[in-house]
Amino acid sequence: MEEKVKVRGLHKYFGDLEVLRGIDLDVYKGDVVCIIGPSGSGKSTFLRCLNMLEQPTHGEVTVDGYLLTKKHAQIDKIRQNIGMVFQQFNLFPHLSVLQNIMLSPVDCKLLTKTEAEDVARKLLARVGLAEKADEYPRQLSGGQQQRVAIARALAMNPDVMLFDEPTSALDPEMIGEVLAVMKDLAEDGMTMIIVTHEMKFARDVADRVIFMDGGVIVEDGSPMQIFDETKEDRTKKFLGMVM
Amino acid sequence: MNFTRVFQEAIPSLAWGFLMTVEITLISLFFAFFLGLIACLFNTSKKRALRYIAKFYIWLVRGTPMLVQAMFIYLGLPQLIQLLIYPDFRLTAFQAGAIVLSLNAGAYIAEILRGGIQAVDPGQMEAARSLGMSKSRSMYKVILPQALRISIPSLVNQSIITLKDTSIISAIGLAEIVYQAKIYVGKSMEFFATYTIIALFYLAFVTLLTWLSSYLEKRLNYGRKG
Repeated sequence: MEEKVKVRGLHKYFGDLEVLRGIDLDVYKGDVVCIIGPSGSGKSTFLRCLNMLEQPTHGEVTVDGYLLTKKHAQIDKIRQNIGMVFQQFNLFPHLSVLQNIMLSPVDCKLLTKTEAEDVARKLLARVGLAEKADEYPRQLSGGQQQRVAIARALAMNPDVMLFDEPTSALDPEMIGEVLAVMKDLAEDGMTMIIVTHEMKFARDVADRVIFMDGGVIVEDGSPMQIFDETKEDRTKKFLGMVM
Repeated sequence: MNFTRVFQEAIPSLAWGFLMTVEITLISLFFAFFLGLIACLFNTSKKRALRYIAKFYIWLVRGTPMLVQAMFIYLGLPQLIQLLIYPDFRLTAFQAGAIVLSLNAGAYIAEILRGGIQAVDPGQMEAARSLGMSKSRSMYKVILPQALRISIPSLVNQSIITLKDTSIISAIGLAEIVYQAKIYVGKSMEFFATYTIIALFYLAFVTLLTWLSSYLEKRLNYGRKG
């Protein structure tokens, strides 16, 4: 099976604080991996190391066979293949929904304006927001904004999608619509790494669940192995608190 | 206190003076904006040499009175250039005045824009970078448009200050409105009427700028309510 993400011996320090304490991970094409764990366990930092939004202190990150952690890596180029969805959506408020989605494909010269608009409209239809193309992010609800953010990332036609707590900033009634879009994406065969607190989603959609605590991967297994059959005390304790 | 007399005798020269004031203000603001933008990008750059250049420029301009700068550029600098490079070098009062006003407004605009850039949510840069855009493209397409929108009130404020600062340039003989007024009151003694009229000229223009500011803010609302 084609390996999409390979992580070896990843460490990350913030000053003296060691946030990631040696992480190894392999993710294969089409895998849907959910990362769970208590806050402060390093989940988000780990995810952000996968597209170099955080610079790993040591260790190797390889995406699509390209070593990101080498010196003078063409980081902009490789990021075009890694979509990222943020907790706070981070849509561009000065651009319309359509312009948000078209900006990067056109600016990076992957698509012409006409092609990009075509792609953007199709993606908006896919996330159920075709009629919002000309509105501004501010005029949308949180759930709608996050769906636009997913469409924006998809417009680059990425091989891997990273989700950093995509539903944590949403009102409860809007979580479902975002998870539905993500589920659709998973069923379509997208390789996804998702940091989440949505345990039900992890159980239903993930191929693999990773439990992180204290900057290390404590457990890595199928949803059933993690949620029902875990023998790790730390996992049991965490699951006992959130479920 | 004879307004009729002042109107008849002085309005043409005051109006010319005011045109000169507006002209040098607009020209200086045009250059100041680009100077400020460059200084701001230097100041926020990762390269230490560029940061030092920007900081030195801002330090120099903020640390000296504009009157001294005007005298220096108009009288001092040409002397140096005559000595070292070109014996016939001269600057007109307008050129020297425009240079001084541009340098001054540029330094303040650099700081205004820096504040604007810092006020943009860091998540915006992360989102743009995560989409594969380079740092400079992200700056140009995502950060600067938002920073400019945030900076509009301060930029208009700086424009007003620059407009008023032109009166200082009268000291090196630029025939702007205050200079024209001084000449006229010298022979007519109509202080009250003349300076009232001048104040009204300034007020009219500043009011116009204020309207422009709120128009721009509304225009760049991007779906914000109210």
